[in-house]
Amino acid sequence: MFAGAAAAILVALALAVLRAIKGPTVFDRALAGNTVGSLAILLLAVFGFLTGRPEFLDIGITYGLLNLIGTLAVLKFFRHGDLAYDPEEER
Amino acid sequence: MESLINMVLLTLLAATTIAIVGQRSLLGVVILASVYSFLMASVMIVLDAVDVAMTEASVGAAISTVLLLGALHLTKTREEAPRHGRLLPLLLCAAVGAMLVWGTLVLPPFGTPDAVIHQHVVPRYINETVRETGSPNIVTAVLADYRGFDTLGETTVIFIAGIGVMLLLGGLRRRDRAQDSAAEDQR
Repeated sequence: MFAGAAAAILVALALAVLRAIKGPTVFDRALAGNTVGSLAILLLAVFGFLTGRPEFLDIGITYGLLNLIGTLAVLKFFRHGDLAYDPEEER
Repeated sequence: MESLINMVLLTLLAATTIAIVGQRSLLGVVILASVYSFLMASVMIVLDAVDVAMTEASVGAAISTVLLLGALHLTKTREEAPRHGRLLPLLLCAAVGAMLVWGTLVLPPFGTPDAVIHQHVVPRYINETVRETGSPNIVTAVLADYRGFDTLGETTVIFIAGIGVMLLLGGLRRRDRAQDSAAEDQR
């Protein structure tokens, strides 16, 4: 069962990577990048159960947090053209 | 199953790398680099190196993305025409790559227990760590006890680098503020 889940995740991963490569807009890429991060978490969880070591599950939480940071940074950069954007300065 | 997962992940890694090289939009390159890091972290997990995978995910996917975006803010968007021919860099890259592959040929097979690195000091660490240091975690004992001075040096270097970055950033901000007030005076 876990092998089937892992195979399905790999297919989804391939599709997400394909979208990240093809683009065409930045939003496609940002979304695909975020999806790859989420699928990496799923793969980590399923692989832990597949090899009989589900202790790796906790690391998935860290991955989730990191994934959020990366996507937020990309979106913030795209919106404001700067990471250290301060709404006070615009007034 | 494990080798199948590895094969798929490595194929995706290769595809991502080629896409990064061919990509013209720098923002796209940054996102693809983060995708690459997550794939690499997955490969590390399949190879049973969970700690390395965590480092790869935090440094490669999170911090480098932020740093590369910060660098993107400071660069120009237009690409300048290369001053030299493209043949020499290509040949150099191919030669270095071929040398690296050639170097891996003499490495012991993956996962073999009688490789040199597993025969030198590792048996002693495994047998004596608990008695000598009292720590049940061998990695912690190696980092903080057997190689304590090494770790002290590393933390010193990182501390100095941090001070340097803070001084640089502080100087930049002060200059910005001085320019701002000068501009306001002119108005």
